[in-house]
Amino acid sequence: MAMIETRLDGDGSTATGRAVIDAAVHNEVPSMRALFPYLAEYWVEHINNTLFKGPTEFYYPPSSPIAARPGSRPVGTDAEAPLAARSKTSLSAGAPPASKLSLVREQLLKTTCVEAAILCSPYPVDSLHNPDAAIALASAVNDWQIAEWLDKEPRLRASIVVPIQLPALAAREIDRVAGHPGFVQVALPVRTQHPLGSRLYHPVWEAIARHKLVAGIQFGGVPGNPPTPSGWPSYFYEEYVGASITFASQLTSIVAEGVFDQFPTLRVALIEAGFTWLPPHMWRFDKEWKNLRRLVPWVKRPPSEYIREHVHLTVQPLDGPADPRRLLRVVDQLGSDDMLLYASHYPRVHATDPEERLIRHLPETVARKVRSENARALYGL
Amino acid sequence: MVMTQARPEARARTRPALIDGDFHNELDSIKDLYPYLSRRWQEHLETHGTRGPQGGYYPRFMDHREDARPPSGRVSGSEVGHSTKDYLDPYNVAHAICIPLTVAGRQSNLDLDAALATAVNDWQIAEWLDRQPRLRASLVISLENPPAAVAEIERVAHDKRFVQVQFSGRPQEPMGRRKYWPIYEAAAKHGLHIMSHAFGSYGNPILGTGWPSFYLEEHIGPAQAMQANVVSMVAEGVFEHFPTLKLVSVENGFGWVPSLMWRMDSAWTLLKSEVPRLKRPPSEYIREHLYLTTQPVEEPHKPEHFLELLEQYGDLVDHLLFASDYPHWDSDDPDFALPNQLPDEIKRKIQYENARKLYGL
Repeated sequence: MAMIETRLDGDGSTATGRAVIDAAVHNEVPSMRALFPYLAEYWVEHINNTLFKGPTEFYYPPSSPIAARPGSRPVGTDAEAPLAARSKTSLSAGAPPASKLSLVREQLLKTTCVEAAILCSPYPVDSLHNPDAAIALASAVNDWQIAEWLDKEPRLRASIVVPIQLPALAAREIDRVAGHPGFVQVALPVRTQHPLGSRLYHPVWEAIARHKLVAGIQFGGVPGNPPTPSGWPSYFYEEYVGASITFASQLTSIVAEGVFDQFPTLRVALIEAGFTWLPPHMWRFDKEWKNLRRLVPWVKRPPSEYIREHVHLTVQPLDGPADPRRLLRVVDQLGSDDMLLYASHYPRVHATDPEERLIRHLPETVARKVRSENARALYGL
Repeated sequence: MVMTQARPEARARTRPALIDGDFHNELDSIKDLYPYLSRRWQEHLETHGTRGPQGGYYPRFMDHREDARPPSGRVSGSEVGHSTKDYLDPYNVAHAICIPLTVAGRQSNLDLDAALATAVNDWQIAEWLDRQPRLRASLVISLENPPAAVAEIERVAHDKRFVQVQFSGRPQEPMGRRKYWPIYEAAAKHGLHIMSHAFGSYGNPILGTGWPSFYLEEHIGPAQAMQANVVSMVAEGVFEHFPTLKLVSVENGFGWVPSLMWRMDSAWTLLKSEVPRLKRPPSEYIREHLYLTTQPVEEPHKPEHFLELLEQYGDLVDHLLFASDYPHWDSDDPDFALPNQLPDEIKRKIQYENARKLYGL
């Protein structure tokens, strides 16, 4: 990467008209009723007549102000009567944010110069230990995404929802819907029961690679095991901050297990991971690989080379030193201009505006890559 | 950097004095502790052995450096005389902080665990501290049994050669959880620091996503595990409640500190209302309370990135402590542990001054 110089005179922002590809919009299912057309009668009856109303646990606290920017939650006639257990665990009645295409159009696609957006559904089928329920709901969500989002809005692409806890069923679901040109990615939660590089998940990687999809590893996951190496933390704050260490752990696993050696064309997007944690992780990983590579002889090159070649990251949540010049040094430490992706993570709220804080300070060619070109190449847009 | 063959002792005079923040005093076997255990526990060990959460061991090619093995054939690092001759003297180590990695603190049988912790501390006094005045020690506790841990701190804290209380890398709960607060209270009362050494687990996998397959992954993981513990201690308000307490992170690297501080501060602006015990930006607690040892030093490909790392966190150089990890396989040779391009003044702080101040040596 060329030495980056600070460019403080930039005026570009998404609001003032620079074209962007939004690499992550987290569309939600408005209610279980919305899935009924795509569910077998058995499950419709089950949901209508038993306590089971779908997943009850979610990646973001549903009522937290950071889960929904103002206006992203359908109200009035847009809101369906909740047929979801979600209302039992949170006080918010009604449909969740980003669950209506019309609102997403209104709030996101209209007001900014969004050329295209990648939907990345956080629907938590990974929380369902009942395998039949998990696969039925995953399939229903995917069919619902086709009918309600992809077929209605040509600027959208979407991520296939899979029950990652059931790798064989997840691979089968990828095979079932990957033919739809709107699906460009498979959504995987960063928190999983086993590290994602584990051979248990081999069928999923194989299916992702065969269909030339992107593995989109996103913030969240409710696998039932604790999110830290020391057990369960007390606060969502810890989980939000600690997500970066879980992303780092998944990268360790995916590279060490040789997933990229086995599937050399595979591409991974880390979604809502942030990126400033990555350079020190690569430094440590490369050093340890030098010492211990005899344990993983298939990893032929320093891990950082695999990461730069195969891994992309959305810029949010963007943290870093206050001085933009110093932040640019961190970008330089990544060692590649091709990794960062602009993303709004609509409807979620983050602390910083990436355009203001980072992108406008980049040299124009790099800024264009972050705003759109990296995502265009990654998702074949 | 793995240590090379022992260097000629003649060089000792030209080497700067060192304080080593991670020196391992090893047991050759648990039988070394028998003189410090009652007959009841000796018999228990003979009959039932030790028993803790299992399933977390990864095959590796070696634990200890063979070249550090004493002539007696005992485990490397298990004889104070040999470690002195092999390491402390030739490398001009003025002080070394003992960190015994034993089964104490990891036993499911909490009575046995407390007895073992007591035995390890008495063994440290008799066989290390009394025999080598340059040594200081880490106070071993029955970590998952705070009342016993507090009693042990009270029992030995009067011996000022104990400078810190030892935690494993992965306690049963994140280190900020209130379960451990009585330990922090006792430590703060006696002016002891809290030290967490990489590895060691009470049944939790090294990744927050389950058990990895290879020792390589296990060996990278402490950087992540320690971050979780730092986040927890800050978020729970441990440092707000115990303003004099210091946390020493050993063998977890330090390259992750700047990005963790940025992330914590940024997230705090969004989620303040959830963690009301924090009165200031989280990074301020880290700057005041966290110290980190060097080995393993992160090694960027470009040397300037290492200097940038130090700049990113202005006073990081005041919080780094040299550590060798002697006599483990991945220990650092003091002659080569720090990047060449570091100014001498910074090297001096890391090799000596910071630890001298922190431990009052």
